[in-house]
Amino acid sequence: MPTTLNLTALLVFLGFFALVTIIGFMASRWKSGDLTELHEWGLGGRQFGTLITWFLVGGDFYTAYTVIAVPALVYAVGAYGFFALPYTIIVYPFVFLVMPRLWNACKKGNHITAADFVQGIYGGKWFAAAIAVTGILATMPYIALQLIGMQVVIQSLGVSGEIPLIIAFLILAFYTYASGIRAPAMIAFVKDIMIYIVVIAAVCLIPSKLGGYASVFDAADQFFAVKGGVTGTILQPSQFLAYASLALGSALAAFMYPHTMTAILSSSSEKTIKKNAILLPVYSLLLGLIALMGYMAIAAGIKVSNNSEVVPALFAHIFPAWFVGFAAAAIAISALVPAAIMSIGAANLFTRNLWKPLVNPNITSKQEAQNAKLASLMVKFGALVFIIFFPTKFAIDLQLLGGVWILQTLPAIVFSLYTKRLKLPALFIGWLVGISVGTALAFVQGLKPIYTLSIGGSAFPVYIGLIALVVNLVLTLALSAVLPQKAEQLSGNLGTAN
Amino acid sequence: MSNDIQSTEDHPAPRRKTYLNILLLLPFIALLWVPFYNDSKPAFLGFPFFYWYQLLWVPLTSLIILIVYKGNK
Repeated sequence: MPTTLNLTALLVFLGFFALVTIIGFMASRWKSGDLTELHEWGLGGRQFGTLITWFLVGGDFYTAYTVIAVPALVYAVGAYGFFALPYTIIVYPFVFLVMPRLWNACKKGNHITAADFVQGIYGGKWFAAAIAVTGILATMPYIALQLIGMQVVIQSLGVSGEIPLIIAFLILAFYTYASGIRAPAMIAFVKDIMIYIVVIAAVCLIPSKLGGYASVFDAADQFFAVKGGVTGTILQPSQFLAYASLALGSALAAFMYPHTMTAILSSSSEKTIKKNAILLPVYSLLLGLIALMGYMAIAAGIKVSNNSEVVPALFAHIFPAWFVGFAAAAIAISALVPAAIMSIGAANLFTRNLWKPLVNPNITSKQEAQNAKLASLMVKFGALVFIIFFPTKFAIDLQLLGGVWILQTLPAIVFSLYTKRLKLPALFIGWLVGISVGTALAFVQGLKPIYTLSIGGSAFPVYIGLIALVVNLVLTLALSAVLPQKAEQLSGNLGTAN
Repeated sequence: MSNDIQSTEDHPAPRRKTYLNILLLLPFIALLWVPFYNDSKPAFLGFPFFYWYQLLWVPLTSLIILIVYKGNK
């Protein structure tokens, strides 16, 4: 979409971007710790209290991709795209119950990653490595998508080409290297406040300019009716199961990702996590309203060649230039915060669970931190190269697969918190089969997330990740029941809370 | 799964009530039983039922988790 340069917007954008860059570098001195130690660089020394965690997890979980992609989906397919809201609601009871236990186990065992935790219980190094590889592979397309989100907003300001992206990446790379997770934690304050301002302004102002919410929904209704009525502002009965299974599967996967896991493990206590389970849903309210911007775009008559451009186009249409710049900055920074944490989470996994056990078991803790810092750079660089040389569709397809894959780590991570009776070979096989089934089904469907099961002559369209997880779990539990208990698992402090 | 917590230096181990945890199932039931809320009526402030019902479950879920948190202490 060639756009003329919006100078005012661009200047405002650059101003906020510069502010955030400065913060990123200053963050290294905040809540000071020895950043040559991995738990300081990678987990902030586990010092983040309730408020910081709220900003950090909020900024991490609700990303630029969220702001761009969710309305784009709602714009394209209506109510079906709204599954992001129930998904980001039901995730919280799960976080409340499960994450404090995991935090506690990781604190006791001095684990930095989920793979560390799994290894702490089951021993060995190959399964932990498998968990690590899953996490890294699931994270990389997600980082790429954040960069794409950033590219979309920069382009909407009239600046095209790869240079802005490369510059943004370099800045991100430097302050993450220098400050570790403290950088996105501090920047998250600014970013979350900006996003709240933008979204509240959008959901109050835009409908009022369009004749109120009732008109917005009516316009959307008509739009979908004209398109043939396959989708609409409410679901077709054939979509019910797909909607629910997407919500459930996404919710279960959400905190298995290394970036959300890392943000949670950086908390200062179990209580911090529980309080955040109560407070974080506020962001979901925001997300629900963000989703409705898809309908607002329809009502405003916005037409775009690429659905991802819907939100920037809507803002450009309605807001004054300076606010467009502010909104663009908010969204771009919303890409940087999760991208930073994602690269840190992936780097932690690489260093702790791939490099150390498989390449250099005698690595010192200082070398570990150094290794992770480099890994984090490589991960970001890889994502950047990916965006520049591959079509966006690739990133989206890989992200879908990544979601299916990461969900397969749930039995090992979550079930191990509640039972000592799972066996390593069973978990490994369950994981492997889950990944295989999930990947196979996804390819069969042309990389769409839903597979229609035929049971007794009826069709059941279910999210592929969930199908794979069920297969995974059944195998894991069945095999655990029949395999002999290993002696090592029965004795010793495994660091889990019971 | 036992309801006891191990004693540590920071946390003495009282018997924790966990029966309230069942309340945490409510958001799941409310939001995953899609046929129940897939309707445009009754509308509220211009929002079809499908939308305001799901949005309402945001503060409701916070409240439920808060109740369980306080109750479990």
